Amino acid sequence: MRPPSTSIGVLGWLKENLFSSWFNTLLTFVSLVVIYVVLRGLLVWALTQARWEVVTTNLTLFMIGPYPRQQIWRIWACLIMVILLGGLSWLVWGGLSRVPSAEEPSSVSPARGWVRWGRILRKARRWVILGWVLSFPITLLLLQGLKGSSILPPVGTNLWGGLLLTFVLAVISIVLSFPLGVLLALGRRSSLPVVRIFSILYIELIRGVPLVTVLFMAQIMLPLFLPEGVRVDKVIRAIAGFTFFTAAYIAESVRGGLAAVHPGQYEAAKALGLSGIQTMVFIVLPQALRTVIPPIVGQFISLFKDTSLVAIVGLLDLLNIAKSVVAQPEFMGLKREVYFFVAIIYFVFSYAMSHASRKLETALGVGER
Amino acid sequence: MTKMSSIAAGAQRPVPFWRNVRVLRVLSQIVFIILVVIILGTLFLNMKRGLESRGLWGGFGFLKLEAGFDIGEGIAYDLSDSYARAFLVGAVNTLRVPIVGIALATVLGLVTGIARLSSNWLVNKIASVYIESIRNTPLLVQLYVWYFAVIMKLPRIKESLVLPGPVFISNRAVALPWPVPSTSFRAWVPYLIAALVVAGTIGVIRAREQRRIGRPPFSGLWMVLAFIGIAALGWFLSPKPLFIVSVPSLKGLNYQGGVILTPEFTALLVGLVVYTGAFIAEVVRAGIQSVSRGQIEAARALGLSEGLILRLVVLPQALRVIIPPLTSQYLNLAKNSSLAIAVGYPDLFNVAGTIFNQTGRAVQVIVLIMGSYLSISLFTSLLMNIYNRRVQLVER
Repeated sequence: MRPPSTSIGVLGWLKENLFSSWFNTLLTFVSLVVIYVVLRGLLVWALTQARWEVVTTNLTLFMIGPYPRQQIWRIWACLIMVILLGGLSWLVWGGLSRVPSAEEPSSVSPARGWVRWGRILRKARRWVILGWVLSFPITLLLLQGLKGSSILPPVGTNLWGGLLLTFVLAVISIVLSFPLGVLLALGRRSSLPVVRIFSILYIELIRGVPLVTVLFMAQIMLPLFLPEGVRVDKVIRAIAGFTFFTAAYIAESVRGGLAAVHPGQYEAAKALGLSGIQTMVFIVLPQALRTVIPPIVGQFISLFKDTSLVAIVGLLDLLNIAKSVVAQPEFMGLKREVYFFVAIIYFVFSYAMSHASRKLETALGVGER
Repeated sequence: MTKMSSIAAGAQRPVPFWRNVRVLRVLSQIVFIILVVIILGTLFLNMKRGLESRGLWGGFGFLKLEAGFDIGEGIAYDLSDSYARAFLVGAVNTLRVPIVGIALATVLGLVTGIARLSSNWLVNKIASVYIESIRNTPLLVQLYVWYFAVIMKLPRIKESLVLPGPVFISNRAVALPWPVPSTSFRAWVPYLIAALVVAGTIGVIRAREQRRIGRPPFSGLWMVLAFIGIAALGWFLSPKPLFIVSVPSLKGLNYQGGVILTPEFTALLVGLVVYTGAFIAEVVRAGIQSVSRGQIEAARALGLSEGLILRLVVLPQALRVIIPPLTSQYLNLAKNSSLAIAVGYPDLFNVAGTIFNQTGRAVQVIVLIMGSYLSISLFTSLLMNIYNRRVQLVER
């Protein structure tokens, strides 16, 4: 006998998920009304009233800010390099490495082939990592240019802007703050009281104040700290602020990772005769850092969002470009369109990154041990 | 045999001081201190030299000077007041935001967090769309959207929206009715004090009782009941009315009466509450999901109703997990209120920035700002740690 039509198929799904009790039915109707009102308002505005030409006209401005338009190929070159590296990484870690496991392990000669394949893959991975490491100086060189060169005329950081600047700030700051954060985390767990107290003071001080005050301090105090005549440009000051701020938060994540390393690991390392530094570098840190990859990706995402704060200290990031677009005389008062567009850009990137990070978390199997 | 004796001899040989762990520890710390002092000292001397040459070095004496700039809202303040007074106005404005915001964000987060776990598919999806879209966009962008794209686009004051209450909403202000203590309010105060004292005494007695019999004697319930009872008694005995509800009304181009929220404050508050609410929702969801399914199934098997399961089984266990991350969300809300500068709300950071622009006293202003935020953070964590300890103890 077939089950009653109300417990299978569309009807069954509706009954179970929307109308299982009188309260759920009520909630369903209230939700429907809310969705109708919000969606209708949004669609009517977006499709009939909004003047999206403010976005389409200024698209390049949003992406790269006042970067010289003749030099735009340099940004394309960087972008293509990053996409290529991303594709290669996907191939050597994802796509190609999955092939061997599908093969029968019993037959001998193909297995040998796979062993050789694995060796090639491992070599390829090393090259890809080298490529990523090299891509940093190459990108910076391409963006900044060389003094006196006719192919790569220098472009001052005051001309970097838009989404480009947002990414530059976020990536450089996270890369710089990572080693600092690891050092602070080790310092906080150190058995030397002076080092420990210094680390605790630094971490708690930074975590107790808002990011915008740290940025403000970096903008004002950094030039004061340096001897006279030494000038630091605004972008570097902002990067310094983000680095000092993020390092404190990364230190706390890494501290969690260090605490998660089983004490038996230390004892085993000691029994093998490893020195303190060797234990840290070869035994503890590799395990600790593996568990903190997801929180650090999360830290990167929030840093990506937080770079919008440089708009307050006057850098031309995506949000500040939006503010200048809103002030254009021909697009006066189109604030809804512009800020909505900016919010969507931030959303697309952060959502994609957090999605990827969740995938990574499952792949690493962090929560499962 | 000879080998062993040589090892023993080796053990007896005194360790050279550069390999002695205790000496090394002390030495490395001294080196660390010297390094830190050299680095910080150089920076400090550079700064001092630079500021002295511009005549901007010195103590906090400049705070007594006349500020001479206007502040949009806050406690009584005049153009001729001192910088110190201006700073105080900013500090009070800063405190207003988290006090209201934390309460509202908690309610929003709790409701959304539970909605996120609802078995109703639509409710669940609405909650997750809200949470994902808020968590993945920067707060600063949201504040701009709230201020420029929502509140500034509200009808003008002449065509204010009127909600029942009455609540007036326009792009110039939000006006709400507000109870104001009347002259006879003073007669009620002794009853309130008595109610507090009795409730406190009951709490102490019941706590002692609990320690004696080892069972929860509903001390919270008794305390609340006693407090409400005595307060209500006083309410009936004192001359009426105790409160006068000040109702706002539209007079010309202004609102009169009630409590009036400026668009800057409203934008900041709404932005922070909506933003932090989404994060609190995730904290609540994670907390509730951390309670193992077996607990809920066991409670069902015992015949508890769904409401009782939530109140007696799930929440007490979930709170243990929820409180620490909730504390950091509260701290984030307080710290994020420094973004008020984006919408022009005169908070501490905003006012201090103006003071810096006028006086150029970088060091003093930054010390003031950081000191204030640090004390707010420390105070909030202190309160939450006390509460956390209570929740953790209940569990054991």
